[in-house]
Amino acid sequence: MSTAERRMPARRANRRAFATLKSIAGFVVVVATTYLGLLAVTFFIGRVVPIDPVLAIVGDRAPSHVVERVRQEMGFNLPYYQQFFLYVKGVLQGDFGTSVLTTNPVMTDIRRVFPATMELATVGTVIGAAFGIPLGVLAAVRRGSLADQIVRIVGLVGYSVPIFWLGLLALLVFYARLGWTSGPGRMDVVFEYTFTPITGFFLLDAILNRDWAAFRDIVSHIVLPGSLLGYFSLAYISRMTRSFMLNELSQEYIVAARAKGLSETRIIWGHALRNAAVPLVTVIALSYAGLLEGSVLTETVFAWPGLGLYITNSLQNADMNAVLGGTIVIGSVFIAINLLSDVLYRMLDPRTRTR
Amino acid sequence: MNETAMTRREWLLTDRPQSRLQARLGRAYVTWGRFAANRLAVIGMLIILGLIVLAIFAPLLAPYSPYVGDLAKSRLLPPDAAHWLGTDDQGRDILSRLIYGSRLTLQVVVLVAIIAAPLGLLVGTVAGYAGGWVDAVLMRITDIFLAFPKLVLALAFVAALGPGIGNAIIAIAITSWPPYARIARAETLTVRNSDYISAVRLMGASPWRIVLRHIMPLCISSLIVRVTLDMAGIILTAAGLGFLGLGAQPPLPEWGAMIASGRRFILDQWWVAAMPGFAILIVSLGFNLLGDGLRDALDPRGSSQ
Amino acid sequence: MSTLLDVKDLRVSFPTRTGVVEAVRGVSFTLGRERLGIVGESGSGKSQTGRAIMGLTPEHGRISAEKLEFNGIDLTRASKAERRALRGKRIAMILQDPKYSLNPVMSIGRQIIETLRTHEPVGRAEARRRALDMLAAVQIRDPERVFGLYPHEVSGGMGQRAMIAMMLVAGPELLIADEPTSALDVTVQLDVLGILHRLVADRGMGLIFISHDLRLVSSFCDRVIVMYAGRIVEELPASRLSEAEHPYTRGLLNCMPKIGVDRHPLPVLDRRPEWAL
Ligand SMILES: Nc1ncnc2c1ncn2[C@@H]1O[C@H](COP(=O)(O)OP(=O)(O)O)[C@@H](O)[C@H]1O
Ligand SMILES: [Mg+2]
Repeated sequence: MSTAERRMPARRANRRAFATLKSIAGFVVVVATTYLGLLAVTFFIGRVVPIDPVLAIVGDRAPSHVVERVRQEMGFNLPYYQQFFLYVKGVLQGDFGTSVLTTNPVMTDIRRVFPATMELATVGTVIGAAFGIPLGVLAAVRRGSLADQIVRIVGLVGYSVPIFWLGLLALLVFYARLGWTSGPGRMDVVFEYTFTPITGFFLLDAILNRDWAAFRDIVSHIVLPGSLLGYFSLAYISRMTRSFMLNELSQEYIVAARAKGLSETRIIWGHALRNAAVPLVTVIALSYAGLLEGSVLTETVFAWPGLGLYITNSLQNADMNAVLGGTIVIGSVFIAINLLSDVLYRMLDPRTRTR
Repeated sequence: MNETAMTRREWLLTDRPQSRLQARLGRAYVTWGRFAANRLAVIGMLIILGLIVLAIFAPLLAPYSPYVGDLAKSRLLPPDAAHWLGTDDQGRDILSRLIYGSRLTLQVVVLVAIIAAPLGLLVGTVAGYAGGWVDAVLMRITDIFLAFPKLVLALAFVAALGPGIGNAIIAIAITSWPPYARIARAETLTVRNSDYISAVRLMGASPWRIVLRHIMPLCISSLIVRVTLDMAGIILTAAGLGFLGLGAQPPLPEWGAMIASGRRFILDQWWVAAMPGFAILIVSLGFNLLGDGLRDALDPRGSSQ
Repeated sequence: MSTLLDVKDLRVSFPTRTGVVEAVRGVSFTLGRERLGIVGESGSGKSQTGRAIMGLTPEHGRISAEKLEFNGIDLTRASKAERRALRGKRIAMILQDPKYSLNPVMSIGRQIIETLRTHEPVGRAEARRRALDMLAAVQIRDPERVFGLYPHEVSGGMGQRAMIAMMLVAGPELLIADEPTSALDVTVQLDVLGILHRLVADRGMGLIFISHDLRLVSSFCDRVIVMYAGRIVEELPASRLSEAEHPYTRGLLNCMPKIGVDRHPLPVLDRRPEWAL
């Protein structure tokens, strides 16, 4: 096989290029169909619901000719497939309709609140990975030991505890009773007039502004919800790290690395973890996506002005445009993260690279 | 071999079972041995059995009514001898509400499992057995659902259908089936071309019969493990929906909704919100421990033990 | 001939749920700067013997020996760090299948350099040069190119050459080759054996060559040890293999096909419980 390949370099190069093209085309098809599927579901939820969308806009008491006019204006008299086409077109242009609650275009609202959610999820994932990976490695290396058991229990509890409840208890203990952290919200009202958001990520903005008082305040606000999300991420990451590491440590190349005289530290962190990192990237990406989703509950508890709180507030007011807009945005980020993790996987694993 | 001289254990563990039943019982015995050796798994099983007992005998076990409290005398009482877990703002005994709430929890997990698992099983086995474009289309749909944010989608569904425990169950089930389809498909692919299935095919069995009678049963054990492991997630999602006011409606003693109503008193009467949370934690921990144990016992290769 | 390795009554056992598995049960031999073959069927304890000498017995394994001496160093007394310093530097090991024994996410060049820099304080350029020299020494025609390749990008024969380069780059005195050609195509087996032979001879190393293939061992080694169920059942010079006395060795010899001889019925390897005693 290898000699045959050496004889036909041109054809091999062709085949490689074709394979690359095919995998890119595959990517595009996957992303496009997934996105269309997402829109089909939100369209279905938005249009086939018991609440008449027109009545939701004009109110129940509007005279029937007004209802009819709005129905035509909004295209609700068209067949469903045409409506879906218009819907997809609108969404692709960033048009999610208008929020009944805020009277803004939903897209404008989401742009305003989304950075808060991203910031929280990022802090959570960083905490989760920073603690979860070393704990998972420790558990795998000391398999069966007390440390392993403790990591396992900590992880299992993380999988089993209702996040909103733990958030309430955390607020009660660390904010109300001990006073170690700030309470709900993203920052103190005092700073709201002096603080100028640049990126929307307040931690970053405070650094850019060199506003250290605000920075301290933001940290003391984010530390509770961030650690909470971090704990959930840690539960997942440490468990997967352990299982990947056990798999890698049982491979022959680890024996070879020992036979070379490498230190255990180098074998564990430089060889085994480097290999485990390939699937771990996917895990971390999925955990980040999970935290974005978990924000719906966490933000409610911590009055964190992000997308999750926006969605729940809209839910309570039957503001379907806002709910579905938020759903589409989170869904899109999910798809993007999946895609990104695929790309990262390919970068980390030389076996998937075509040369 | 002399049957009478065998102990029951030997009969179960024999290399040469005399009947299909004996072989099955023998396998079950070995699996049970592996499971029982795992202390945490047994604890998990006991928790779930406890939940079932609570749900069945709720009227006998609950000391007070879950719906009617003494507003005048027993409002927001801290835990004491009369009310072990305290009372809520309506003067209702929290323990009694939790005991009745176990019925709702059980209802949610059972119904979601009954809807989602067969759906996933059907999609996965058909896709795996049929192959070709049927497989491609079904798996694309599965992957699309898998790429969705489950909780947010369930929220949107419930928002559209209207709040209530029935709609919450439907919404969770709709978002839960894809992993089962994946597992069932993977299992189907491993047996599809086995001699055993070929033999059945040669005997003239129809594709549907093969899928229903021969392939689906083979997928059951890995599916059970996965469903058990998912139960905790289902409970948490249901509680989350309840907490947001989208699941079971008051005065139903649903645990998530109980946390939501206790939230107002968290500063001074912490137990109102804390107790239902412990209940959720214990039950979903039970399912996780049980699921882990089942996985290790049924699939000793794949376990990370 | 000076003694490189002296093994006396080496035992390796593994406690398992169903009882203690005794993998090696009192193996003794000495080795100079020569080529010693260890043969035996699968599971006879060859690999565990080699790994015990390397200090790579799995963690839950128990190991004991009356004597385990390398160049006068008492390995049973040596600390973990001392043994680690020996590995790769003075005693090296080649594993069976390069597909699994090379780190898949590290380029071949880096894996060779890693051995070198673990044991010698060499600079980057120097390390690279020596790695390239080593690749040339295992008869890789285009060392520069192979240096940057990842293990999955090379064939099995090329991978095993890289493995040899990685293990010999620091200049060990003793090499343990555990079935180094069993996973390779028959056509490249001889190439790799030839390379191994040359390097061992040129550098004056001691070699323990582990294989289940008696003929291969007899043609490649000076002396042969035959193992069965964790024990040595026979030890003899390779040239006098046909004079083997033990029925197990004779059985192994009998199983090898010969041209022009009727093979009906096919001989079956005889195993008697009393040989394991
Ligand atoms: N990690 C281990 N745990 C338990 N038993 C083992 C382990 N490694 C090897 N053994 C047992 O030790 C015996 C010898 O193994 P090995 O030295 O690998 O044989 P060989 O290399 O001759 O094929 C085998 O019976 C094997 O089952
Ligand atoms: Mg071996």
